[in-house]
Amino acid sequence: MTDTPFFSIRDYRLNFETFDGTYQVLDGVNLDLARGQSLGIVGETGCGKSVTVRNILGLLPSPPAKVISGEILFEGRDLLRISKSEMQRIRGVEIAMIFQDPMTYLNPVFTIGLQMIDVIMAHQRNKPRSEKRNRRQARDHAIEMLRRVHLPNPDQQINNYPHQLSGGMRQRVLIAMALSGNPKLLVADEPTTALDVTIQAQILDLIAELVEELGLSVILITHDLGVVAKICDRVAVMYAGQVVEYGSIEELYDTPLHPYTQGLLQSIPHPEKMMDELAGIPGFLPNLLNPPVGCRFQDRCEKVMAVCKTSSPVGATVSGSHNVACHLIDHGDGDA
Amino acid sequence: MLEVLDLDVNFATKSGKKGAVTRAVNGVTLTLEKGNSLGLVGESGSGKTTVGRTVLGLNHVSAGKVMFDGERTRDKAGQFKPRFRSRAQMVFQDPHSALNPRMTILRSVSEPLILHTKLRGAKLRQRVCELLEIVGLQQQFLYRYPHELSGGQKQRVCIARAIALNPELLVLDEPTSALDVSVQAQILEFLKSIQKQLDLTYLFISHNLAVVRYVCNKTAVMYLGQIVEQGDTEEVFNNPQHPYTKALLAAVPLPKSGQPRRSTPLQGDIPSPVNLPKGCFFHTRCSEAIAGRCDNKPVQNTTLPDGRQVRCVLFEGDVSQARETAGLVDPV
Amino acid sequence: MTDKMQISDGSDQPPSWRERHQSGIRQLRLYAHTFSKNGSAMLGLGIVLVFLITAAIGPSLVPYPEDAQGVIHLEIKLKAPDADHWFGTDEVGDDVFTRVVVGARVSLQIGLIVTGIAVLIGVPLGMMAGFIGGWIGEAIMRFTDVFLAVPGLILAIAIVGALGPGIENAMLALSLVWWPGYVRLVQAKTLSLKNSIYVDAARSMGASNTRIVFVHILPNCSSPIVVKASMDMGMAILAAASLGFLGLGAQPPFPEWGAMISVGRNYLPDWWWYSFFPGLFILLTVLGFNLMGDGLRDILDPRSRE
Repeated sequence: MTDTPFFSIRDYRLNFETFDGTYQVLDGVNLDLARGQSLGIVGETGCGKSVTVRNILGLLPSPPAKVISGEILFEGRDLLRISKSEMQRIRGVEIAMIFQDPMTYLNPVFTIGLQMIDVIMAHQRNKPRSEKRNRRQARDHAIEMLRRVHLPNPDQQINNYPHQLSGGMRQRVLIAMALSGNPKLLVADEPTTALDVTIQAQILDLIAELVEELGLSVILITHDLGVVAKICDRVAVMYAGQVVEYGSIEELYDTPLHPYTQGLLQSIPHPEKMMDELAGIPGFLPNLLNPPVGCRFQDRCEKVMAVCKTSSPVGATVSGSHNVACHLIDHGDGDA
Repeated sequence: MLEVLDLDVNFATKSGKKGAVTRAVNGVTLTLEKGNSLGLVGESGSGKTTVGRTVLGLNHVSAGKVMFDGERTRDKAGQFKPRFRSRAQMVFQDPHSALNPRMTILRSVSEPLILHTKLRGAKLRQRVCELLEIVGLQQQFLYRYPHELSGGQKQRVCIARAIALNPELLVLDEPTSALDVSVQAQILEFLKSIQKQLDLTYLFISHNLAVVRYVCNKTAVMYLGQIVEQGDTEEVFNNPQHPYTKALLAAVPLPKSGQPRRSTPLQGDIPSPVNLPKGCFFHTRCSEAIAGRCDNKPVQNTTLPDGRQVRCVLFEGDVSQARETAGLVDPV
Repeated sequence: MTDKMQISDGSDQPPSWRERHQSGIRQLRLYAHTFSKNGSAMLGLGIVLVFLITAAIGPSLVPYPEDAQGVIHLEIKLKAPDADHWFGTDEVGDDVFTRVVVGARVSLQIGLIVTGIAVLIGVPLGMMAGFIGGWIGEAIMRFTDVFLAVPGLILAIAIVGALGPGIENAMLALSLVWWPGYVRLVQAKTLSLKNSIYVDAARSMGASNTRIVFVHILPNCSSPIVVKASMDMGMAILAAASLGFLGLGAQPPFPEWGAMISVGRNYLPDWWWYSFFPGLFILLTVLGFNLMGDGLRDILDPRSRE
């Protein structure tokens, strides 16, 4: 890897301060992404995967969110500390985001064309006058983007309102809108969760195509281990605000080392084979108001040891790029 | 035990043209024997939930009938007969909205008992405790409100409520799709174990093929209100015959390494159930559609030698013969 | 969070009252906390409390109780506020402070009766309209619309005009124009609750319509009703004062705030205290109920739960 990575999150800690007290929502998150790669972040509800990426574009309201430490580096700039105007120049232009429910992010009273043109015009605020598109050119650009995401009949669809499109088409529109600023990084937060499986397959195929053909880098947040395995290069498994295991698809799915990852993989019924028993993971997420001392997974872990209750495991590289935060690994019997 | 015969359910469309109807279910026929579990899979708009609700009398019936142990579940006026209420119960998709937010768990679980039995007071409370124990919840939850419970716990409460009257049939409408996978695994395990323990029959509605494969021994695949393929789960999953079943199975991303990034997914969207396509409902998206045939003539159910039923032209007598003589793949 | 609570042992002892209600207690404490963080709501609550205390015990503590019914002391008429008469005296020498304090009880009665009757008429009608629907629902809603189409106060004036002026008739007239708001509110809420999944679940268990309405729908409508009623208390007091001011409500010398302003305005601006203090009390009371209602809305709105 080069000295200045394309994108990396370093020791990111974040709290939510509420009536009940301070929730330690993120506890030392470390992640890297190389240009042109796609990274999947998986985990269950409350693991902090969405919170991790929301602040990439400064989208978390503060209060309650409060950054305690860490940095989010994007091409050498720390996104947690840049000015508002600088963030404005990055949003949508260098980093774009798409969300789970496209309907919530589209204004129901304007046509998709109008909304796309507005976005395109907004992106070029800081460009020199000679490079600016007028509204007509912006419209052409919008149609081109819609064509890029394989929306059928883009020159007619552009005059439609969001409710006239199906869920899959709306997600395509949102992707087109995200692409219109020609971003280097696309952050997708559960982009296919609300969609049917055949439509999900279409959108995943589209994202894979964009990575392949435009050299886009992608961070994909999902709870579906299948989706990550399908289109990502690397995957990070999060639990209770920490990255517990991080590696390439092969490393993580073929030799999962963290007991939580193992439990997750054994919890999913497999459509291709008959399974006799699903493991499941007993117990609940620890209360982040008062997280346990030591490993946050200790109460649900079958292989819990004395050391797990006293000190937090630190991420250790096992082989290649495979990184695991578990005391089993420190003790050298990880692949038992 | 449960028989659904040629069921049609139409809804008047709320907005739009006068007289337009949403044809949610179009001629569904299925049978479910005691102790079995039938998975009803399909995408949104396939009518699977409507079938489940109709079985429980929560929808009107436009045509066809639902029979329970050979007896019709509705009287001549189309009203659901009350005595079937305690024999079949439903578990809903979103456990949070299936529980009254103003009722404690004790009151929610006692509701069917109050309605159908004479248990009251301490005895009622004791029965609720027993039910909670069956679903693996401690007594401490009795006086909690739904918003204080996790999703998995709420779904357990819903299941406790559904089994309170010792029903024979449970209609499970996407019981785990609102839950995390580790919790889903627990609920699925638990559903399998109480099925044996209480001798239950399941009608399991889900869009998640993997879950259906795990829980059910029979599977029916629905598309636009029709069952396109049904048979033993193993047969349907290992050797799918209908082009839609094949596409559906291929669309599921698998949790394993080494899958191709790109695939050729099924194109287009599901047509609207207000304007059903002519001929075979699937021909607009089918890669094997035969022009002039599939978009023209309605298709019939064909029973294959292994007992499976497929609704596709490729298996109808004349076409399959033509395919065989042309040297195309043998359907079974 | 839930895990802080104590677990009862598995014995068959019936649980204590505290154990059975600990969830409710915790909810109340959260409400109290959220409410106390809201400055304007607390101000509203404070005003309302002062108003309630004044209405409850004020009349027995006032310096000149006989002045409330309009005894005549012409020798001290229209005196400016001083140590004996904190709010001054009116044109027949009655103590304005006494009359304003006694007027608080009158206003509270008006507010409670008007809002109470409106709730009793509006909620059942709204429930019927939403739950039964069909032509009955349609008929109720159109009838409601007729009432809503005419400005409430004007309709009340017409009714009082027909019945004759007086405090009872004013209250009756206001009650008759006040219920349509509740019909709309409850009908909309019932419509959405009727299709909620837990109502479906109850129906699939065989619950009767009566049970569904009283057990599943009504309790879940209660929050918006409480919020609206608390705001309407202030508005009803204001409306009654308006009628009094127009000479259609309470008749002088009855100590009603609107009627007092009505007479007092003839003595403006030189003898300003005569109408100023009743006016100030109307303003504060209406403000108090509104601020409190806003605060209640913030904590009772079910969407902010979870």
